[in-house]
Amino acid sequence: MKSTLSRVLALVMLVVILVAGCAPAAATPTPEAATAFKVAIVMPSSITDMAFSQSMFEGLKKVQAEMGGESAMEIAYSENLFKVPDAAAAIRDYADKGYNLVIAHGSQYGTSLEQVAPDFPNTAFAWGTSMDTFQASGINNVFAYQAEAQQGGYVLGTIAALMSKTGIIGETGPVDAGDAKLYIEGFQKGAEAAKPGTTVSVTYTGSFSDVSLMATAAETHIAAGADMLTGSSQSVVGAIGVAKDKGVYWFGTQWDQTSLAPEAVVASQVYDWTGILKDMIASVQKGVMGGKAYTLTFKNGGLVIAYNSAITVPAEVKTAADAAIAGINDGTIVP
Amino acid sequence: MGELFTLPVLLGIIYSGIRLATPYLFAAVGETFAQRSGVLNLGVDGIMLMGAYSGFYVGMKTGNIWLGLLAAAVVGILMGLLMSVISITFQAEQGISGIGLQLFGLGLSSLLFKTTLGGVESINGFKPVRIPLLADIPYVGEVLFNHNLLVYAAFLLVPLSAWFLNKTTFGLKIRAVGQNPQAADTLGVNVTRVRYFCVCLGGMLAGIAGASLSIALINLFQENMTNGMGFIAVALVYFGGWRPYGVLAGALLFSFVNALQLWIQVLGINIPSDFAIMMPYVLTILALAFATKRAQQPAALTKPFERGEN
Repeated sequence: MKSTLSRVLALVMLVVILVAGCAPAAATPTPEAATAFKVAIVMPSSITDMAFSQSMFEGLKKVQAEMGGESAMEIAYSENLFKVPDAAAAIRDYADKGYNLVIAHGSQYGTSLEQVAPDFPNTAFAWGTSMDTFQASGINNVFAYQAEAQQGGYVLGTIAALMSKTGIIGETGPVDAGDAKLYIEGFQKGAEAAKPGTTVSVTYTGSFSDVSLMATAAETHIAAGADMLTGSSQSVVGAIGVAKDKGVYWFGTQWDQTSLAPEAVVASQVYDWTGILKDMIASVQKGVMGGKAYTLTFKNGGLVIAYNSAITVPAEVKTAADAAIAGINDGTIVP
Repeated sequence: MGELFTLPVLLGIIYSGIRLATPYLFAAVGETFAQRSGVLNLGVDGIMLMGAYSGFYVGMKTGNIWLGLLAAAVVGILMGLLMSVISITFQAEQGISGIGLQLFGLGLSSLLFKTTLGGVESINGFKPVRIPLLADIPYVGEVLFNHNLLVYAAFLLVPLSAWFLNKTTFGLKIRAVGQNPQAADTLGVNVTRVRYFCVCLGGMLAGIAGASLSIALINLFQENMTNGMGFIAVALVYFGGWRPYGVLAGALLFSFVNALQLWIQVLGINIPSDFAIMMPYVLTILALAFATKRAQQPAALTKPFERGEN
């Protein structure tokens, strides 16, 4: 008797714990005005990750403000859904609730989206980073988007190579694929072109969230002589801390990372998704639910180099960076 | 490009390995206590996250990282107490309740982070303390004796815990409770109290393990920043044969190989990065498979104790 009661009690506590554990993952505002354009987004990391997810979420908020606030556009989001099955459930759930545009903000969500999208022909979906809208498989309600991360990588690599005293640059990435790979290879190419003979070492940690290993990777680069570091993913916050402590410079990507270490972050490539988002929303309002693939580039204003005013970048280095941007825009430089 | 077997590289591996091992040591030694008393706490990762958050938050708000450390320890004890109530008093299935505790810690630390901090910020954590004379030893002095206080504490914890478990009366009680609680009970040992103590001690050390990340090694808090370290710590307890020195060996092996694989990548040695990343895990599994089983698993591990049974 006693043991049955205690088991029931334990079960109740466990359920409470599980519910508390899962609660912060989703936040869904209740729908208000019927006229509001409803956007939902599913993200692999958090809206405060200083990287990929934050860039998109801030873009959405900016578009919302331009459209006239919450009465004109509603935003619902689910964050930290790195695991695909959880994300797939959230995507289906948002479509089911009648959201006009459901954004699957992670390259790993593609297969799930291909299965969900055909079931909701009146909902528009967007998938990034990818250039595949699934039109080949007969699906017409998916947009695709991708940041040409190698462009900003090339420009930041140019700056880093010209500012480096040791001639050694370290790059710390999560996995050798997708957005991170584009950025890291662009950076390497830019650095080697700006100053031939520059050594660029690349490490991957195998994880988007292993802050500790990313910090150790940065330490290792510094021990090997690097005085300029860069990296990609939300786990780089650990590496930025190391750069600050050891007095070397850092270059950010995806989001302006200056606030994390104003004494160490020289410049960041910032993703500005607002142009793409506005075009998608306008398309949906006109009844075009997908089929377009977008890119963020310097040319269309989707990529911006944000300098940290607290660190002086020599004028000739800035000139070289501007020349690289101009070269990328007119096609003479292919990063 | 570079050569792997040079002095600077080897010293670099030792330095990074020692730092990487620190949170694992706190968490795994703490878990050793819990398991030696017969309680498998799988919630270590959740406790670490709560410790990391509270250490960072209190440290930042008060400007005193010692208070942050204290907060992490207290929160760790409270989390241990919660685990104790569920698994010892209510005798819930230990594996399941541990997973529940882990999810609870993950969710609550993320929620608190979002409501109180909102974004990633950095803090001035524990600074390296150079130990005079020892740090002057050529070559190894600088990599061994120029760390922050929590790193030293983690390594001192190992002999201290081994002594406590093996040489003190209370240590004997812990081992008895984990091996044969019925016998311990007839000899007048309060099984419940000993288990509560061990799980709370383990919680405290897991909380400090989290704080070692957020206010000593990385000096910031980010959601889910432990990235599953707590589960590795539980594995290290098995690896180490439920002995603090065994845990030390496992933590160092895992951390040194992790530091080594980063150097392999930095030096541009032609091994695919995916293979380098696998190395620490593969080697740990191999070592686990081939290590001689000198110490036995506590006989009463995961078994709730009820007086009068048997």
